[in-house]
Amino acid sequence: MELALSPDQTVLAEAFGQFFRRESTSAVVRRAEPLGFDPTLWAALSAMEVWGSDATLSDLCVIAEAAGRWAAPVPFAEHAVASRMLGWPLLVTGEVIGAFAPRISDDRGMWSVVPAGAIADVVLGFDRTEFVGISSPPPMTGPHNHACAPLADRSARIGELTVLGDLASFERASAEWKVLTAAMLVGISVAALEMAVEYVQQRQQFGVPIGSFQAVQHGLADLPGRIDGARLLTHHAASALDEGAPGLCDIANNDITDPHALASMALLFCGETATEATARSLHFHGGYGFAEEYDIQLYYRRARGWALVQGDPALECHSLADRLWPNRLLDALGGG
Amino acid sequence: MDFTLSPAVLAYRQQVREIIAAHHTPEAEHEQHASGTFNNPALNRALAAAGLIERAVPGLGAGDPIELWVLFNEMEKSGAPLDALAMAVMIAGVVHHVGTPDQRAQVIPAVTSGEALICLGYSEPDAGSDLSALATRAVRDGDQWVINGAKMWTTMAHEARWVILLARTDSSLPRHHGLTMFLVPMDTPGVRVDPVHTMGTERTNATFYDDVRVSDDCVLGEVNGGWRVMGVALSYERGVMGGTNPGVPLLRHTAQWAEDSGRIAEPAVREKLARVAIDNHVAALLTQRSAWIAASGGLPGLEGSMTKVFASEAYQKASRWFQEMAGAEGLLQLQEPGAAADGWIEYDARHSPVTTIYGGTSEINRNNIAERHLGLPRMRR
Ligand SMILES: Cc1cc2nc3c(=O)[nH]c(=O)nc-3n(C[C@H](O)[C@H](O)[C@H](O)COP(=O)(O)OP(=O)(O)OC[C@H]3O[C@@H](n4cnc5c(N)ncnc54)[C@H](O)[C@@H]3O)c2cc1C
Repeated sequence: MELALSPDQTVLAEAFGQFFRRESTSAVVRRAEPLGFDPTLWAALSAMEVWGSDATLSDLCVIAEAAGRWAAPVPFAEHAVASRMLGWPLLVTGEVIGAFAPRISDDRGMWSVVPAGAIADVVLGFDRTEFVGISSPPPMTGPHNHACAPLADRSARIGELTVLGDLASFERASAEWKVLTAAMLVGISVAALEMAVEYVQQRQQFGVPIGSFQAVQHGLADLPGRIDGARLLTHHAASALDEGAPGLCDIANNDITDPHALASMALLFCGETATEATARSLHFHGGYGFAEEYDIQLYYRRARGWALVQGDPALECHSLADRLWPNRLLDALGGG
Repeated sequence: MDFTLSPAVLAYRQQVREIIAAHHTPEAEHEQHASGTFNNPALNRALAAAGLIERAVPGLGAGDPIELWVLFNEMEKSGAPLDALAMAVMIAGVVHHVGTPDQRAQVIPAVTSGEALICLGYSEPDAGSDLSALATRAVRDGDQWVINGAKMWTTMAHEARWVILLARTDSSLPRHHGLTMFLVPMDTPGVRVDPVHTMGTERTNATFYDDVRVSDDCVLGEVNGGWRVMGVALSYERGVMGGTNPGVPLLRHTAQWAEDSGRIAEPAVREKLARVAIDNHVAALLTQRSAWIAASGGLPGLEGSMTKVFASEAYQKASRWFQEMAGAEGLLQLQEPGAAADGWIEYDARHSPVTTIYGGTSEINRNNIAERHLGLPRMRR
């Protein structure tokens, strides 16, 4: 048992923390809006050999958290999944950008509101009965959206087809996407808490820093435990995926090691934590938190946008429940 | 990160599970709910006979904090009563650390054999969160101490062999400094125990100390060093001795009910079951992390505070959701025909409110986190 980052991962966290702090400044993030993609940052990140190496998913989670911490306008989770699935050299160098559609295609063969869909040269997703990749030119524009993320609808049928596998392989990719997105959301939560702690110590009202008011303190004191829990859960899911064993869903003993269940839990919990952390942080900024000038609004919008592209969290809860209580649903529906 | 338990810990866990399964019977459970005394002597003795209590005593046994966590987490998940044993084990650890050879010889074998319990006499009628304001006094009289005062919420005092009693021994010193910890046998003349019944079935007590005379042998640690002794006790507890996974038996019972009643087919029911499963898992990971920090030589005090706040509030949320979900049948109690989840849903709805109060309220924990973890300015009190 080792419930902190390994020494190697600590080095990784520091290196990429510095990288994104330097390269993904608030000015960069703002300049990339509304599309939500910065080609210079993308090239610099890809040059750090993130995509092709033998990095484990756990390692990628460390980098993803740093990306989220600095709201990096790059398709981190989507590209990582595509690159790991396809392994194309051009994906590895970042010259070709990959996206992952977390929701299956509709009747018309469209994947709608795909994260990184606006900028990706190849989109991976599930269509009819197969997990496929479709290469087609990216629109390089998309609907204006809450998170200023490069979202777009993409065809699951028009373009060059690569068949990747069946539903099980899609689910595996989907679990990886959930875990990496969860890690980015942990980064968002960390940023929100840091900004709040800094702001409430500077801002004075009634002659004292607002951070000395108990209501403010208590609103923030809930966050570090949840954020630590979110990170632990994300790494638990990542290491279960890295190991590849089927794992357990033993609810009676609270022993959950099934990687798919854990990935689902991680996305849900990290999404909720980031939503709450950014809401509280924004609130304790007072009116300034609502002003475009302050960075907390950047994070507030991404906390929701990055998590909700895969749909209503309640639906994710339903599929998690189906995993945790697999036979019970059938029993109940089938009348026993 | 590496979340796996070593083969030795897995074997230990299996042994604990088997002992619990053999002794945490429906009859024992019924007896606890009928009497309000949440302790299972047969289980404690069986754990003792296998040497597991001795292993668990902090600083004494061969077990490390990971084992301590496994022992109490397994008890909690099964629904077995653990607070009484946890208090005894923790205090045995304190006695081992700061006690005299005589105190050790008396207390430790009594606890590790599963025979003796020890209760905590900290809280008073007028001193709860602000414990250093306590008013119980111990005054020197020759080579004896004379103790007078009243303690509130002295849980298990009606079964315990000793109470560790925090009393003021020097009122000229600043509030935290004039306190001394006493290890007082409960059969000492002048000690009185009155039951206090709670909404959660669990019985606790008010205890009274009228001219209770004890000798110097009963001072635990240094005179006027009581606050430090309490700190030692807290550091052993470290948030790993139970109290962070009460949602596990609740979820088990509720999921069973949802299956039996067919309610599991409802999306709203499945959503809530899933959300509670997530919170239970996160609470377990946070607790496991505290154990790991402790096993690595750290003091996870603040991590313990964070875990307690998260876990107790998640449990309250779960018990409220589930009772609402169960509707009218969620109002029916244990043993009542037709009760949702055999009455467990109602029981947890009644039990959960205490978990944000005892062992340090959520507000006190948040104060600590804000000041000592986030570094926010000390507030005006
Ligand atoms: C069932 C049960 C068993 C117990 N067992 C034991 C035991 O075995 N031994 C023992 O010694 N004690 C025991 N306790 C006592 C327990 O530790 C106290 O109840 C707890 O510390 C709170 O103290 P209090 O009840 O006096 O509440 P108070 O301190 O009066 O608090 C009342 C409210 O005010 C809030 N508050 C207080 N101070 C602050 C502050 N500074 N900032 C913000 N809010 C504040 C609290 O959070 C709480 O919500 C038990 C209690 C219960 C209910």
